[in-house]
Amino acid sequence: MSDGMLKVRGLKIGATVYPPGEKPHDIDIVHGVSFDLEQGKVLGLIGESGAGKSTIGLAAMAYGRGGVELTGGEVWVNGRDILQSSKGDLRSLRGGEVTYVSQSAAASFNPAKQIMEQVTEAAITHGKFSKAEAESRAVELFDKLGLPDPQNIGKRYPHQVSGGQLQRCMTALALCPEPDLVVFDEPTTALDVTTQIDVLMAIKDAIRETGVAALYITHDLAVVAQVSDDIMVLKMGEMVEYGTVDQIINAPKEEYTQALVSVRSIDHEEKAPAGVPVLKVENITARYKGTNFDVLKDINVELHAGQTLAVVGESGSGKSTLARVITGLLPQKGGNVHFAGRDLNPVMRTRPREDLRELQMIYQMADTAMNPRQTVGTIIGRPLEFYFGLRGAEKQKRIQELLDEIELGQGFQDRYPAELSGGQKQRVCIARALAAKPKLIICDEVTSALDPLVADGILKLLLDLQKREDVAYLFITHDLATVRAIADSIAVMYQGEVVRYGPKSEVLAPPFDDYTDLLLSSVPEMKLGWLESVIANRKMASAGN
Amino acid sequence: MHPIIKLVVQRLSLGILLLFAASAMIFGLTEALPGDAAQAVLGQTATPESLANLREEMGLNEPAISRYFDWLGGIMTGDLGSSIVNRLDIAESVGKRLGNTLFLAFWAAVVSVPLAIFLGLLAVRYRDRWPDKLISAITLTTISIPEFLIGYVLVYFLAVKMGWGTALAMVNDSMSLGQKLNAIALPVLVLTLVVLAHMMRMTRAAILNVMQSAYIETAELKGLSVFNVIAKHAFPNAVSPIVNVVMLNLAYLVVGVVVVEVVFVYPGMGQFLVDAVTKRDVPVVLACGVIFAAIYIGLNMLADIISILANPRLRHPK
Repeated sequence: MSDGMLKVRGLKIGATVYPPGEKPHDIDIVHGVSFDLEQGKVLGLIGESGAGKSTIGLAAMAYGRGGVELTGGEVWVNGRDILQSSKGDLRSLRGGEVTYVSQSAAASFNPAKQIMEQVTEAAITHGKFSKAEAESRAVELFDKLGLPDPQNIGKRYPHQVSGGQLQRCMTALALCPEPDLVVFDEPTTALDVTTQIDVLMAIKDAIRETGVAALYITHDLAVVAQVSDDIMVLKMGEMVEYGTVDQIINAPKEEYTQALVSVRSIDHEEKAPAGVPVLKVENITARYKGTNFDVLKDINVELHAGQTLAVVGESGSGKSTLARVITGLLPQKGGNVHFAGRDLNPVMRTRPREDLRELQMIYQMADTAMNPRQTVGTIIGRPLEFYFGLRGAEKQKRIQELLDEIELGQGFQDRYPAELSGGQKQRVCIARALAAKPKLIICDEVTSALDPLVADGILKLLLDLQKREDVAYLFITHDLATVRAIADSIAVMYQGEVVRYGPKSEVLAPPFDDYTDLLLSSVPEMKLGWLESVIANRKMASAGN
Repeated sequence: MHPIIKLVVQRLSLGILLLFAASAMIFGLTEALPGDAAQAVLGQTATPESLANLREEMGLNEPAISRYFDWLGGIMTGDLGSSIVNRLDIAESVGKRLGNTLFLAFWAAVVSVPLAIFLGLLAVRYRDRWPDKLISAITLTTISIPEFLIGYVLVYFLAVKMGWGTALAMVNDSMSLGQKLNAIALPVLVLTLVVLAHMMRMTRAAILNVMQSAYIETAELKGLSVFNVIAKHAFPNAVSPIVNVVMLNLAYLVVGVVVVEVVFVYPGMGQFLVDAVTKRDVPVVLACGVIFAAIYIGLNMLADIISILANPRLRHPK
């Protein structure tokens, strides 16, 4: 047992599940996975949700999240099987030899403590460094990770720095005790693309300079291709394929890997605007109560029946606020929302029922948008009663039609949301919106929480429905690949303004304005060396200026 | 201005406003009682003439509003009026009693608050295992038994049978601190048993709630010991609900100890109030009411302010 710092053999992981209406029982999440990782190498674990990638990552720390249990196999770290280790030995392993970077630094930092104390805590607890040494090492790491004011940023509290900065602080936290292995669990997934690129580069540099081994967990093949040496593709707790980055992205052997590589293959032909627009947003400005700046500044866009307007932007750009104004949740300060030949009342409560019916909404979190105590039939049936007064057999028939439309078919009526997968939940939400026979559906990041393959299915469904029902979509997203797949026209938003607006073919073609250029060039591409070339281009561009 | 100062000032002014409202309500309620102070002093056999004279003398013919403001003005300047039973200055006699009650409450708090929080942490540490269940069972039992019963049972077993502590908690100025503590040992024990469960359960629930957070996982993955994770990472984020329950219980220790004081014949506010009510000594009842209200409102205001201060987002704005 000398080769490799991490050696996993036949790892089996299980959990107890509590399905509604059934007896609790044990299930297997990971069925015998084996791999090796050498010092200084990065292994990417890739797969969709439920593939067991995070679970395997945490197994390198002999940690089971929630009710998860490591049921079999061996996990060798630095020459010992940690599944046989004592509690004391595990404590020195966790935070000492192996450290963890989570997806959401915002949730993973203790809000009540200063950043420095949290970054140095593990190193001090494990006696690796004195307090002074640990702090000077942390400052060094802050600097290396490109954080502003590295001397003093540690004195701040987590809520006082931005999301991208906090994610870098989390990386510093993981590297501070000089571990042998770092588990990165989707470290850039929650970030905006333009922020992701810097954090990604910082992580990559830090891994190289410290010579640490790393497990890099993500669902985004383009991202993992930038930082890993090898990639392991996982599906439903089993290894599908293992190879070098080059082999996986350029010559995938397995069908499943090929599907992952070629995802977002939807080709959507742009439709030219025709006739009178169904939605016309005129000179909209808006601000939140108690603030003194406009979150929306003079917004003008329009959308035609049966077409899709994609509103793209990063967090804080005002894209969701625009949806709130159109739906009347946030009455505008100035301007007009013109919808289906009439001006909409700014306040939702005062809008007639017909306005509510014709303007539906689908949300990012299908989970929280449904009452967990209602069956699918009740959820979809509610708008049928409310808007059309349907009852009894007539209502049942229509519910079934709608379920057929979203490709869920028989037997789903009596299920509860907890019994559905993420994609199925979003489909039910789509059916509920469709039930009202709307003219316009506002889709707010509806595919952002879904796996790429599932998201693809949802986008295809939305396009099909649009063709059949002639419904218009206002599609809010931060994901440019989604925009390419679904939009007819695009509005790019930045700091409350529309910086670029027009048909898809024009918006996505050069010459670009600075912001659109930055946004487009930040989307990870599935090729080796993409990250370095983008960073190099930007350095050259800024040197040129 | 720092937003936290603004919030604290808001809380303080709200508290003061509430106190005025409470004083008006207490005054109004005693007004609504049948009979008045003159009637109480002279008793059932008083002649209408003597009643009228006394009312004139005590200023009872003034309208209620102006008497309220007279009374309020007196309180603000430290003059609580005088008892109609023994003509003594209320501020003076209440002062001593209040001191005694606060003394008892203080030591009960010193014992019970840290003990409750420690037991709460322990219950979280051994969640759903026997120490957790034992702590819950014992504290819930003691809170469910009426306090006078606990008091008498403890007096019987500890003071009478075993000879520890004294059954009567008489204290006076000539006693040393040690003697006083010895005298109040049993009532402190009873009070502790009564308030322990609330604070312990809330500590347990608040920390368990925080234990679901992602930053607790981060702390666990740093290899910290379980107790360190709970005490250093979970507890600071659970302060707010805990402080609220602690303050409610502290208020109870001052305001709600009547029964315990009677059981142990302790010369505190509770006994004083009970005496005043039985003798229809309205000015004393009023004074006690206002003092209790002030303590109650003050402690809850303190809980609010501590909650505000415990929130890092408010303490360290962007």
